[in-house]
Amino acid sequence: MNDMSDGYITADGRQIGGVLMELKNITLKFGGVTAISDISFDIRQGEIRAIIGPNGAGKSSMLNVISGFYIPTEGEVWFKGYKRGPMRPYEIAGLGIARTFQNIALFDGMSVLDNIMTGRLTLMKSGLLSQAMWWGGASKEEDAHREKVEKIIDFLEIQPIRKTPVGRLPYGLKKRVELARALAAEPKILLLDEPMAGMNVEEKEDMCRFILDVNDEFGTTTVLIEHDMGVVMDLSDRVVVMDYGRKIGDGPPDEVRNNQDVIDAYLGVAHD
Amino acid sequence: MADAVAAEGSAHSIPALLARNVQRYGGYPAYREKEFGIWQSWTWAQASEEIRAMAMGFLSLGVERGDHIAIIGRNRPAHYWAMVAAQMCGAVPVPLYQDAVAEEMAYVLGHCGARFVVCGDQEQVDKVVEVEDQIHSIKHVMYTDKRGMRKYDHTRMNALEDVVSEGRAGHYRYEEELNHRIAELNYDSTCVMLYTSGTTGKPKGVVLSNRNIIETAKNSCAFDKLTRNEEVLAYLPMAWVGDFIFSVGQAYWAGFTVNCPENASTMMTDLREIGPTYFFAPPRVFEGQLTNVMIRMEDAGKFKKWLFDRYMALARKVGPAILDGKPVSGADRLGYALGNLFIYGPLKNTLGFTNIRVGYTAGEAIGPEIFDFYRSLGINLKQLYGQTEASVFITQQPDGEVRSDTVGVPSPGVEVKIADNGEVFYRSPGTFVEYYNNPESTASTKDPEGWVATGDAGFFEEGSGHLRIIDRAKDVGKMADGRLFAPKYVENKLKFYPNILEAVVFGAGKDRCTAFINIDLNAVGNWAERNNIAYASYQELAGHPKVYEMIKSHVNEVNASVALDPMLSGCQIHRFLILHKELDADDGEMTRTRKVRRNIVAEKFADLIEALYDGRTSIYTETEVTYEDGRKGAIKATLNIADAEVAPEQRMAAE
Repeated sequence: MNDMSDGYITADGRQIGGVLMELKNITLKFGGVTAISDISFDIRQGEIRAIIGPNGAGKSSMLNVISGFYIPTEGEVWFKGYKRGPMRPYEIAGLGIARTFQNIALFDGMSVLDNIMTGRLTLMKSGLLSQAMWWGGASKEEDAHREKVEKIIDFLEIQPIRKTPVGRLPYGLKKRVELARALAAEPKILLLDEPMAGMNVEEKEDMCRFILDVNDEFGTTTVLIEHDMGVVMDLSDRVVVMDYGRKIGDGPPDEVRNNQDVIDAYLGVAHD
Repeated sequence: MADAVAAEGSAHSIPALLARNVQRYGGYPAYREKEFGIWQSWTWAQASEEIRAMAMGFLSLGVERGDHIAIIGRNRPAHYWAMVAAQMCGAVPVPLYQDAVAEEMAYVLGHCGARFVVCGDQEQVDKVVEVEDQIHSIKHVMYTDKRGMRKYDHTRMNALEDVVSEGRAGHYRYEEELNHRIAELNYDSTCVMLYTSGTTGKPKGVVLSNRNIIETAKNSCAFDKLTRNEEVLAYLPMAWVGDFIFSVGQAYWAGFTVNCPENASTMMTDLREIGPTYFFAPPRVFEGQLTNVMIRMEDAGKFKKWLFDRYMALARKVGPAILDGKPVSGADRLGYALGNLFIYGPLKNTLGFTNIRVGYTAGEAIGPEIFDFYRSLGINLKQLYGQTEASVFITQQPDGEVRSDTVGVPSPGVEVKIADNGEVFYRSPGTFVEYYNNPESTASTKDPEGWVATGDAGFFEEGSGHLRIIDRAKDVGKMADGRLFAPKYVENKLKFYPNILEAVVFGAGKDRCTAFINIDLNAVGNWAERNNIAYASYQELAGHPKVYEMIKSHVNEVNASVALDPMLSGCQIHRFLILHKELDADDGEMTRTRKVRRNIVAEKFADLIEALYDGRTSIYTETEVTYEDGRKGAIKATLNIADAEVAPEQRMAAE
């Protein structure tokens, strides 16, 4: 259906590559409740893809389908040209999909540095024994991982809190640490579930800048769910709009903004 | 790349001193910077190699003799190198304050006609790009941090790193030209141009020659016996003359190590890790640290608190005397040694002051309690008095003659005299060459014999020969009834209370004095927490009746102490209010070095001053504020005005 080689140029002149993930006719049911019904869209290499919609539209469910946590009742997920079957969590991480959560899911008692190091767990090769004994390649390996983590710390400007336990941090910084942990896994696709929720204007601006910089610097394909329309329109290259589990719009922000169905879903329509 | 060895007598420029240091101390560390969580270091030889490569990169971009190269960024080795590389090319480095907003930057860039700009990061590049169409002189922009810079138009822009590689690659082409240009530098060539913070009017470009910087560095290093083994932490703005003297002048003269923190907010951690031996900080840094210590001790357990109080009392009694080498009884010495084991040692370690041999504070008056606190711990904290035009040093305190209320004796090589109106004048080898493109200001500041007016009023204390500064000469005024009005004197007394961050006193030409107070959010916030006072914002806390009560007690105490001074007893504060916002440099209320701009504050808050004098008990006001990104907003507030108790004056026969 889609040509794998084609791509497009974004408004700010970035080259977007071929299809990285394709979702075909996804339907997700929980018993009698249909959370997602017959949705298809694709995610391309290097783009920032937003999923928006009113409360209960099925956005987070969609993100869970993308991550492989939910198995769609119907439909297929194609990733890097292969059809994806059911997977265990470590297999998901191994595939190169990392995420942040709507409600922060960090280890409160651990330092920022240790939290981010956990993001690299799947990339560590030395065995349990070698790590426990601090013997063989384990120490050298940890140095290499620490270097990567320090680069991310530098990138997200969280050096001052490197050794601070996460539990003591304010909300906005916790969000940033979560992003750092996701980045530490060097993901092919980065999933952000409401990265800006509950933030003040300044924190939002910082977060926007970090998301753009991550995309710019590492070329990370990013899928994000967000409520703040201003943020979505500024950040993303293409937007999927959901309402009651259906897809009601898909395209560049300007196009979606003028789509009548989208306007109706957000502003409500007069019933006569 | 060894140049002809520069002998002691011929080291007439910073690049020549660099070559000398490579010869003498080649393998010792010259610079360190914490990056990626680790201290990276460069020896003098490595630093020299980097700087020369950068200078050759500059040549490849077409840097000419006499060009101005602006440097805007935080303290990083690369930025210090850019300054020296500029000097090597015969150009003039102009470091700018990195927190300046675009318009301020535009003025300075335009005034010096900068052709090249080195920016620390994207934020600074954005500001330069914003003002670029007003300033046509800018030929090329370089940046240190590459992040976020990919999408910029790179026809006239490069990463500094790439310029260095280009210089390295063009080594054979530029080497000869570079050596030639370095050899041309002499004692009279310009070393650096620094813009004064401009408490009044537009900033002025102070031109300092190699003679100014090197002679000053030589004299001041000898005064405090600074050697190659010193460690300094470079964290104060690079645009400030002090940083240039400490981190370039003295560092190159003595050959010691300059350490750059990871970023501005890790300064305290980095300070602890480096443990500098030579340290400079404005009083507010010492105040901030003391406030933090006290706040943490409030939360400590009973036993710890008791131990702390007990040994601090002893330290206050005998600490300064031990530091000055004066006789102290054996029992007290023993107690002090124990205290050092239990309290002072660990505390100094936490503060990062374990290794300090010489510490300086200047810029503002420091509270006697704060000053004594550090000295009683055995930290050799001293005061100096200086300004940009003097290459910092005018007076400083010799070891063993340290007091909180004087600024010391004239520095070596400096002559000081007091004019009839009390204004302090000086003449020294460090005296600046001129204000750039401003002969009128130069002439009005520096007379043909080389005497410079400081603008400060002061006097030499009889007996000790130490200088005491009262206030800015132009701020010292008369009240309506002719009594002396010295606002700074009273403000400093107020600011010595940890709860008061800033104070602005009014009263020139009036019959009584009034004041604006800024609370210290850290200290008052903590106090509120301990006293179960809930607040949602700075504004709400500032207006809280309990906070007013506390501030009022401070004002009353200050009034009582002011009343004791027969000369200044008219300066007691009759009424005051607590401002609803912090005075901020972004709003123009303070200079970048955090000195209050009295006239601007008076103009901006004219309605509040009026209310202070017409007897109202509260006033509604709206204030425009500028956010960090340059956008504007407004704060609305109703402020209470409180009356303070005025102590009876001791009218002595002063006249």
